[in-house]
Amino acid sequence: MRALPSRRSRLRLVTGLAVGALALAGCGGDDSTSSDSADGGGSAAPTSDVRVGLAYDVGGRGDRSFNDAAAAGLDQAVEEFGVEKLELSPNASGSDRGDNLRSLAEDGFDPVIAVGFAYAETLAEVATDFPETTFFIVDDSSVEAPNVKSLVFAEEQGSFLVGAAAALKSESGNVGFIGGVQTPLLEKFEAGFAAGAEQAKPGITVQTAYLSQPPDFSGFNDPAGGSESANGMYDNGADVVYAAAGGSGVGVFQSALAKDKLAIGVDSDQYESVGASNPELQPVILTSMLKRVDVAVFDSLEKFVNGETIEAVTTFDLSNDGITYATSGGFVDDISAQLEDLKQQIIDGEITVPSTP
Amino acid sequence: MSTAAPERLDPGPLRRAPRVDGRALLLAVAAPLLAAVVALAVSSIALVVSGSDPFTVYETMLAEGSDLRSVLITVNNGVPLYLAGLAVSIGFRMGLFNIGVEGQYQLAALLAAAAGAAVELPAVLHVLLIVLVAVSVGAAWAGVAGVLKTTRGVSEVISTIMLNVIAAGLAAYLLATYLQERVEGSNNQATPEIAPSGRFPTLDAPLEALGVTLPQGTSLNGFVLVAVLVGVLYWLLVGRSRFGFDLKATGLSPSAAVASGVDAKRMTVTVMLLSGGVAGLVGLAQVLGDTYDYGLEFTSGLGLTGIGVALLGRNSPVGIAFAALLFAFLERSSATLQRIDVPTEIYVIMQGTIVLSVVVAYEVVRRVGVAQAERAVRAATGDRA
Repeated sequence: MRALPSRRSRLRLVTGLAVGALALAGCGGDDSTSSDSADGGGSAAPTSDVRVGLAYDVGGRGDRSFNDAAAAGLDQAVEEFGVEKLELSPNASGSDRGDNLRSLAEDGFDPVIAVGFAYAETLAEVATDFPETTFFIVDDSSVEAPNVKSLVFAEEQGSFLVGAAAALKSESGNVGFIGGVQTPLLEKFEAGFAAGAEQAKPGITVQTAYLSQPPDFSGFNDPAGGSESANGMYDNGADVVYAAAGGSGVGVFQSALAKDKLAIGVDSDQYESVGASNPELQPVILTSMLKRVDVAVFDSLEKFVNGETIEAVTTFDLSNDGITYATSGGFVDDISAQLEDLKQQIIDGEITVPSTP
Repeated sequence: MSTAAPERLDPGPLRRAPRVDGRALLLAVAAPLLAAVVALAVSSIALVVSGSDPFTVYETMLAEGSDLRSVLITVNNGVPLYLAGLAVSIGFRMGLFNIGVEGQYQLAALLAAAAGAAVELPAVLHVLLIVLVAVSVGAAWAGVAGVLKTTRGVSEVISTIMLNVIAAGLAAYLLATYLQERVEGSNNQATPEIAPSGRFPTLDAPLEALGVTLPQGTSLNGFVLVAVLVGVLYWLLVGRSRFGFDLKATGLSPSAAVASGVDAKRMTVTVMLLSGGVAGLVGLAQVLGDTYDYGLEFTSGLGLTGIGVALLGRNSPVGIAFAALLFAFLERSSATLQRIDVPTEIYVIMQGTIVLSVVVAYEVVRRVGVAQAERAVRAATGDRA
């Protein structure tokens, strides 16, 4: 190869560094994927010949949010029933979701759990090819096959309650919503949050932002973007921001800490999950909207292991505690009466929470 | 870098010193070798730090990667990366940095998928229409950056990055409002499926005729042929045509090219249009050969990865093909390595390391070569200054 003129070479070097930096910036997850099977523990460790395959959505295990909630349910099943497990995460662009799902089924894992609506299209195909395997899919109920069981959530109900909590705690009359990626699913969170805030404090200002637009799903794993967006909202007068943004939420909490404001977590109890490694963030996590993917995964596995019939679609909401809010830290203790009252009204059907903004 | 150093040396004086030829050969081999050693070393360190044994990892990667299913998946995923690499590379050839492939291919894929689902045409025409829409949209979106550069002097680096953001927003808006078909119980948003007449055939039948038994649920995307065709056209255009000569000349020295009669503005716009047109094809491998629609699960990030692929392939159509396959192979490895508890992010580190190593190694070797040539010239001319 002939020598290149220096200007071009420098350009190449710079672009190389830029690409490298971009590539490195993409690997946010700091936890490694975990081991294959339960290591027993005591002599009474339960055993089961059920082998569970679980396919995460982008971000994978270690996002301390949505995927980790599924992981917790699986871990609990491993502990209590002694099932064997294999977990796979897709690559950053998500191009190998279908391959992962298929390879789990092909390797004889049964049941196979697909975490995330993005698996729906490819699941329809794989489920037909493996009619003997039971598949669970979280966040989708569009796949109609006898061996596909859907686990869906009423996220808007929980978001309604944390929206009310945000409004009740807000002194400025201004709260914010940060969604990871603007998809119909995340708009359910937004709609519920805004309705809850309005219910608790009519006329309140609700700022809204999303970190990325599909098909770019980086917004679920972009703490820097979350922090930047939250900074803007706090500077615009918000004093409580709801981070419905998976792994990006940590950035929102950091921003809240820096600005001495409050934030609300999502999916997992982030007071605990984020606080475990970042205890300094605990004081700013007012509450978390709990989407109990862990309960959904564990309950489904329990039924599967016990050979019980599993309904085609199971909806998790406030009435069955599949959706709720966290009380860790005790920050919402003073308003718990109001929140419980609203919760009851939703369960009784007196309040209907909108699911689109 | 010493500014007095001659920028480009005529090979003339080198010929007079026969010793240097052997060295030049050595230098040519040194760069890829150095890059490979550095990349392996850094990747191994990353693996050890993350608690894995590098040798087990490499062994698993090779063993799993040579399995027929993995090979097919690697080739299928390599196709869009190859096209993205070519798209970026066309610009590189002229010193234009089209970072906008990302936005160009997404917008092109969305509109092509929507157009394909909206019409009914006989088989071949249907596919051609979809391809035409994709190429036109990609070219038009890149053309905006070309026109901005020639008329307003806006750096294409800035404008293409901004156009990426606009394309992402526009695509998401169009999909959410006008182009999607709602499915009950789904949290997805997707365009309606393209009718069978508008789908690209797979290469499964020819493979099976050759006696290959395909693993269940795996096929070879027919778009491989399109990628090969575009690669050949790229080689002909850049390496074997007047246009290609002007292109490279403008890249090497814009002022010299202008002096020799090249219309630089026209070249800039043309190259951006070509680059964007190829970018438009990137998403079609998926739309025409796999999902038959454009939805939220559409693969993103290929345009940015394409920059790395173009750098790694050193702007040669064959080099880019190897680079694309290597990247796709590493990506595929991420799935298999998870089974032996290797963090899935490791493949991104490997990709980044390889690109950096190659860029750095070639630069180091180039400087060594220049220094040697300078010494040879001084020795030959007796200049001791």
